[in-house]
Amino acid sequence: MANVVELRDVDKTYRGVVDTQVLFGINLSFDEGSFSAIVGESGSGKSTLLNIIGTLDKATKGEVSIAGNTTNYLRKDQLAELRNRTIGFVFQFHYLLPEFTALENVLMPHLINRKDSAGSIVERADGLFDMLGISRVKNNPANKMSGGEQQRTAIARALINNPKVVLADEPTGNLDSENTATIYRIFREINQKYGTTFLIVTHDRRIAEETDRIVEIKDGRIIVDIKK
Amino acid sequence: MLSLKIAVRFLRSGKTQTTLIVLGMAIAVSIQVFVGLLLDSLQKSLVDETIGNSPQVTITSATDIGTIRDWGTMVETIEQLGYAKALSVEASATAFVRNGNADLPVLVRGFNFENADEIYDISGRIYEGRPQESRREVLVGRDLREELETDVGDRLAVFSPDGSVTIFTVSGFYDLGVASINKTWIITDLRTAQQIFGFDRRITSIEMTVEDVFQADVIAHRIEQALYNEDITVENWKEQNEDLLSALNGQQTSSTVIQVVIILSVVIAIASVLAISVLQKSRQIGILKAMGIKDLSASLIFIYQGFLIGLVGSAAGITLGLGLLYAFNTFTANPDGTALINLYVEYDFILRSWVVAVLAATLAGLIPARKSLRLNPIDVIREG
Repeated sequence: MANVVELRDVDKTYRGVVDTQVLFGINLSFDEGSFSAIVGESGSGKSTLLNIIGTLDKATKGEVSIAGNTTNYLRKDQLAELRNRTIGFVFQFHYLLPEFTALENVLMPHLINRKDSAGSIVERADGLFDMLGISRVKNNPANKMSGGEQQRTAIARALINNPKVVLADEPTGNLDSENTATIYRIFREINQKYGTTFLIVTHDRRIAEETDRIVEIKDGRIIVDIKK
Repeated sequence: MLSLKIAVRFLRSGKTQTTLIVLGMAIAVSIQVFVGLLLDSLQKSLVDETIGNSPQVTITSATDIGTIRDWGTMVETIEQLGYAKALSVEASATAFVRNGNADLPVLVRGFNFENADEIYDISGRIYEGRPQESRREVLVGRDLREELETDVGDRLAVFSPDGSVTIFTVSGFYDLGVASINKTWIITDLRTAQQIFGFDRRITSIEMTVEDVFQADVIAHRIEQALYNEDITVENWKEQNEDLLSALNGQQTSSTVIQVVIILSVVIAIASVLAISVLQKSRQIGILKAMGIKDLSASLIFIYQGFLIGLVGSAAGITLGLGLLYAFNTFTANPDGTALINLYVEYDFILRSWVVAVLAATLAGLIPARKSLRLNPIDVIREG
């Protein structure tokens, strides 16, 4: 199966009064349709790695390729377009826009690069709301929902453009165990139904155990890479 | 259009902030419109009162004789140029009228009444009697009438400098609002004046009004060039009223300065509020960028906000400014109920003010827009 994410010799150093290197020579690739976890202690570099994969951050050295696009040479606007079409983000915080309803938030990635909210995309959004069990709150303002509903809305938003990769950084970090279990069940369902690649950063080993591959990072280096 | 939609939502989400800045803009624009229109009206009133009912370009003889011979071709040339709003030729000369034992100096002015009326509005200023209808009738000013103690229908003997006497009948009395004129002018028809002063067919001056009074000097110069005659002098009201002109210029400059300062303060106020708004909405902008919104679209959100604030604020400001102007005119009316200042509402000025205010507010959006360019989504996400 083709690699949808590929990192070659990636270093990351934060420049400052004292330079801090957080990633060292990372070589990593993920197959299309895979369901993987990146684990590690706080400060191990796992979020930085995810942000580099998501083109939100830049590698200091090395090459990053997403869905066949080498990101090193892309301009800001090209990276923005690549993110919009290829990647869905789910963060620890939902980052919904409080000025918009749940449905409008979900449609936002579609509207960013397209002019209209055609019927078919609204149908797709409705389908996602159904799948995530939040149809009844879809017209609520984003700040008038429970934490679980907000995070599920953020997941629907990540999926609306049918991305090749979903990058999730501690997606259930703020949720109770019941909501956590539901969300991972939904991730798995989407992965199987649409073949979407999932990369989940977590520090919770129990969650990681549920995935097909665990990459463990320590002090900016990969120390374990287990495929089930 | 997504940027516009987001801009509207951002403005609606901070209702108090938006209301305050729109209100601030409205007040500033209202003052600008109020001051601009008031000073403009003042200026127009002043110009109207000073030169409104008097000739703005005058052609007189530059020769010793003091009369113009071939004026018919000159009038034709001037009319062909098309600058004259009203044009009148006249034959005037000083004479005397007798009051008891004293001789009073007068200026006999012979016009074609209809033409002169377009310049001086004589018929509108006759307060008793009627315009002269026959060649032996004259109009007399209020002050001269009081001195001579004469009435409509009375005889009036006018002594020419050569000693001849002409007897006129007083057909009416005028008041042109200037005592020196009311005291000296005796108005008769052109032919009569030419006859009693022995001018034959000659005249003493050609007078005219023009559409744009502030162009009088340029027009006078063009007429001078077109006539190309060394025997005449072309004068305009601006040469004769330099003090008034400098006062008007001063007023215009102060009005412009006030308006510019107001618009500048609006720009700074909007820019600072929107700059704060970038900070307030940095999380939203960050996440929009993470989702793939391009820098230009993100910047447009703040430019649209400036534009919308400008659109609504200046529309409200213009309404408020016009309200202020009418309120001012109502409350400062003269005791007899007439307005203190005749208001001239220049729609061009209002439209210009609106466009400038909207443009200024939109430009003010550029500062936060630039600031948003530097906003990196990773910073927002790292901060949580």
